[in-house]
Amino acid sequence: MVIYGVALLALCYLSGVFLGEALGRLLGVDANVGGVGIAMLLLIVLSNLTSVQLKLGDISATGISFWSAMYIPIVIAMAAKQNVLAAVSSGPMAILAGVAAVVASFLLIPLLSKLGGDRS
Amino acid sequence: MIELMLEIAQKNALITAFVFAGALLACSNWLSARFTRGHIHGSAIAIALGLGLAYLGGRITGGSAGLADIGVFAGVGVLGGAMFRDFAIVATAYGAEPEALKQAGWVGALSVVIGVVLSFVMGALVAVAFGYSDPVAITTIGAGAATYIVGPVTGTALGASSEVIALSVAAGLTKSILVMIGTPLVAKRIGLNNPHSALIYGGLMGTTSGVAAGLAATDPRLVPYGAMTATFYTGVGCLLGPSILYFAVRAILPG
Repeated sequence: MVIYGVALLALCYLSGVFLGEALGRLLGVDANVGGVGIAMLLLIVLSNLTSVQLKLGDISATGISFWSAMYIPIVIAMAAKQNVLAAVSSGPMAILAGVAAVVASFLLIPLLSKLGGDRS
Repeated sequence: MIELMLEIAQKNALITAFVFAGALLACSNWLSARFTRGHIHGSAIAIALGLGLAYLGGRITGGSAGLADIGVFAGVGVLGGAMFRDFAIVATAYGAEPEALKQAGWVGALSVVIGVVLSFVMGALVAVAFGYSDPVAITTIGAGAATYIVGPVTGTALGASSEVIALSVAAGLTKSILVMIGTPLVAKRIGLNNPHSALIYGGLMGTTSGVAAGLAATDPRLVPYGAMTATFYTGVGCLLGPSILYFAVRAILPG
């Protein structure tokens, strides 16, 4: 049943967001700490578990892969609802701060990749 | 007739948004094949077009939700909102290799902390260069350069003025838009082509929307890895911003 896959996904999402929110409260910050990341880990663990125990059927799996495939259209909608005007018209200081952060971060990726590399 | 069509489109906003996203992707894929011979990914073009439309939406309505402020396109705001975005991101984890995640463990965590501090320092330096000397303002703008959520959270915690908070949001927005557009362009040069570097990329960049769109336009298979670390970034930023980073700014500044 397709809904089993969707329900499993939804359950992972809600649990993850809950745990992230709880972690935030625990740390005393007004933000969700890794909720989505926790949900992703949950889904990976559960879907690997179920292959042994509950056996998530092929059709159930399409309930998850559908949303995974909807990801790009959703991201495009997300781009279309950004406050681009505010970013563009806020003056050079804010734009420069954003640009500097991005450039520095991009430059650091190859460095960090090497640091953790050598694993294969 | 047209009025009736618009009315129906507006009443069924989310469904209209499906049509919108599909049509925009179809146009973009056509543009990609016709003018770039597939060199620039269709989804990269669609994201750029989406940002352009968001700018137009802002110009037309003066609102803050881009195209979604125009009645007919209200559903774009729902489809592109945090709920559907995060739901779909979680779904991408299905089929991700647990092995790749395990191996990245500590570097992934390290990249988040380094990413927050690095973006913060760059933002703070720019603020200082532009003549800011109040530690609260400098911290808030630096935090905004991390993400547009960390900025306001930090600014509110420290009691920054709303003008400074608005600037921090703008810095974060610039960052996320630049990551969306820039990632596919620099991906090859920075070695962003495997799960391992995607994890580090997500941790360093941190803006969930930027990372989500940037990886989608580069290689959708890398999405779960980048998104995984990126979702910890904002939390870590909110944790460090009003505390350690603020104290550091206050300690370094003269007077």
